[in-house]
Amino acid sequence: MVIPLSWYLIVSAILFGIGLIGVLLRQNAVTILFSVEIMLNAANINLVAFSRYVTPSVISGQMFALFVMAIAASEVAVGLAIVLTIYRNVQSVDIDRINIFKW
Amino acid sequence: MLAYYLPLIVLVPILSFITLVIFGKRWGGKSAYVSIAAVLISLGLSIKALIDVLGGLSTKVLFTWASIGSFHITFGFLLDPLSAMMLVVVTLVSALVQIFSMGYMHGDKRYGWFYACLSMFTASMLLLVFAPNYVQMYMAWEGVGVFSYLLIGFWFEKRSASQAAKKAFMVTRVGDLGFAIALILLYVHAGTLDMGKLFAMHFAPALAATISILMFFGAVGKSAQFPLHVWLPDAMEGPTPVSALIHAATMVAAGVYLVARSYPLFEKGPASLEFVAVIGTITAFMAATIALTATDIKKVLAYSTISQLGYMMMGLGVGAFAAGAFHLFTHAFFKALLFLGAGSVIHAVHSQEIFEMGGLWKKMKITSITFIIGGLALAGVPPFAGFWSKDEILLGAYTSGHTVIFWIGILTALLTAFYTFRLIFVVFFGQPRADHHGHAHESPAVMSIPLLILGFFALTAGLLGSPFMHNAFQGFIAPGHEAEAINPLVMGLSVAVALIGITAAWLKYGTQLLPENIIGKNNPVYKLVANKYYMDELYQYVLITPTHVLARFVLKFDQIVVDGIVNGVAKATAAFGSGMKRLQTGYVQNYALFMLVGLIILIIWSFRFLGIH
Repeated sequence: MVIPLSWYLIVSAILFGIGLIGVLLRQNAVTILFSVEIMLNAANINLVAFSRYVTPSVISGQMFALFVMAIAASEVAVGLAIVLTIYRNVQSVDIDRINIFKW
Repeated sequence: MLAYYLPLIVLVPILSFITLVIFGKRWGGKSAYVSIAAVLISLGLSIKALIDVLGGLSTKVLFTWASIGSFHITFGFLLDPLSAMMLVVVTLVSALVQIFSMGYMHGDKRYGWFYACLSMFTASMLLLVFAPNYVQMYMAWEGVGVFSYLLIGFWFEKRSASQAAKKAFMVTRVGDLGFAIALILLYVHAGTLDMGKLFAMHFAPALAATISILMFFGAVGKSAQFPLHVWLPDAMEGPTPVSALIHAATMVAAGVYLVARSYPLFEKGPASLEFVAVIGTITAFMAATIALTATDIKKVLAYSTISQLGYMMMGLGVGAFAAGAFHLFTHAFFKALLFLGAGSVIHAVHSQEIFEMGGLWKKMKITSITFIIGGLALAGVPPFAGFWSKDEILLGAYTSGHTVIFWIGILTALLTAFYTFRLIFVVFFGQPRADHHGHAHESPAVMSIPLLILGFFALTAGLLGSPFMHNAFQGFIAPGHEAEAINPLVMGLSVAVALIGITAAWLKYGTQLLPENIIGKNNPVYKLVANKYYMDELYQYVLITPTHVLARFVLKFDQIVVDGIVNGVAKATAAFGSGMKRLQTGYVQNYALFMLVGLIILIIWSFRFLGIH
């Protein structure tokens, strides 16, 4: 049996929702970074699925997914570096306590 | 032959001005030589110009200064008898005054600047005299006004001097407004401001009279005629040589010169000449009465100047054109002499109050003799300069049928003789009234020699226009106008009132024969005159106070309404900002939520309204 495209999209949407909720609700900066990764990967699933189902002869979506992974990796590197620096300064990665730019 | 040396007459003093502005401070006391050399060169060239005119030359050197479409502003040097006469008077008086100033201004800290101003004033005045069109005339007119302002306020540390300078500038500006309107009207109706072309045109009498009267307003301001005379007495705050040059001999004569120069225009609207005559008569009489009560030596001379300028206007107004110009010519010499003499006295006694002086005759022989010559010329005693010219004016008034003006003129001549000799008897004769004048001594040669030269002219200049020389002056200035035959009645009256005036002054101030106060200090007439007819107070209450009230109202309007609107906008922006700043919670997740909301809105919006599927 062939798995329909919509299933992939549903999985992708669920993953995106989980990631979004994580970004919006979790206090731990590292967890938020993980959640962002989940959202990016949800997008990747979308890209690959659409590529496979809509234009099977070319692999453009797969290439995009690879790019997203590479960028996500560097983003995590930068993000973790920032989190580490913040931790050194305030001994915490709780983002509610990092609010010095507030009015 | 074209007289291409004419521009040099103006350019040399301008060069002196530029030099002194740059180097005046460094050169200090040597600045005077630059300026005096420049004015002497101008004087030499002016005399050459006069000789050329006497030889029949009458020319115009023209340069195009600016062309705007069909409107050409030319810049020129008009040489005719009237301008040649003025050139020599201006440069001669200026040269003598500048030499005199070497003594009077000795040691002043802004010596270089003083001479720079005198140079540029002379240049402006010469440019005015030369003007063949009204644009140049107006420009030079304002130029002399500016340098007059700078020189009145030369000792600007003194508040009264800076106030007087401002007053002079603003009061003359009132008159200049009329002049400017006259020029606009002329250009609108005639399409040119060239005097030669304008005078050859035909104007409706009413229009010509309107333009002439407006133009006369300029002269009223500049020549301190009633009712804009109030600035001239205050202008005496300037250094005395400045008063001699600017506020007696030259600049104040510019108004008379303007009327004389524009005479063909005034003749096209005869009503304007009547107006000139009436204003001149009122001025002459009123200023003479004020001079009776003034006790400051320079103020007496200032009111006398106003009065004599009134005579000149009277002369021009009653049609005695040459007589008016002649009085301008003689007055320049004897009034410059009187002012320089007063300067010499002030230099010696360090006071201007005549009732603190006295007995200076014994200590200052040259000053006294020359001052008395000037006084006799002013009082109109034959054969001194003022007699011939004043007599011509009175004769003009008499023969043209202006009986009232004539009698007021005679009465004014009486007053003139009286106040002049009141001054002389009080200052030079009797006993010194204040002991600190014991050290008074004759002024140095740089001051006394100009007095002697001017004294010579005050004695002889009148003869040029006297019947002894067949009224040579009048024939020169106004060829074709027959000089009036001598009228024994007019001449006799004029001599008689001069002598009566002098005798009365002698009885009152030279002897103890008359009581101390003929009319009491509280007499209403005395109070009216001594307070200068309350003209300053009138202006204070009618013009200045309402202007201040208006200014305060406008200030409040500006502060409350205009500033209110501007500040209101700023405050509203600030309030909006402080409301919006609450969005900046500092919680990263709030920002993420806003982004999400924004994204959702964008998506919905693009689906609903942009039709993306």
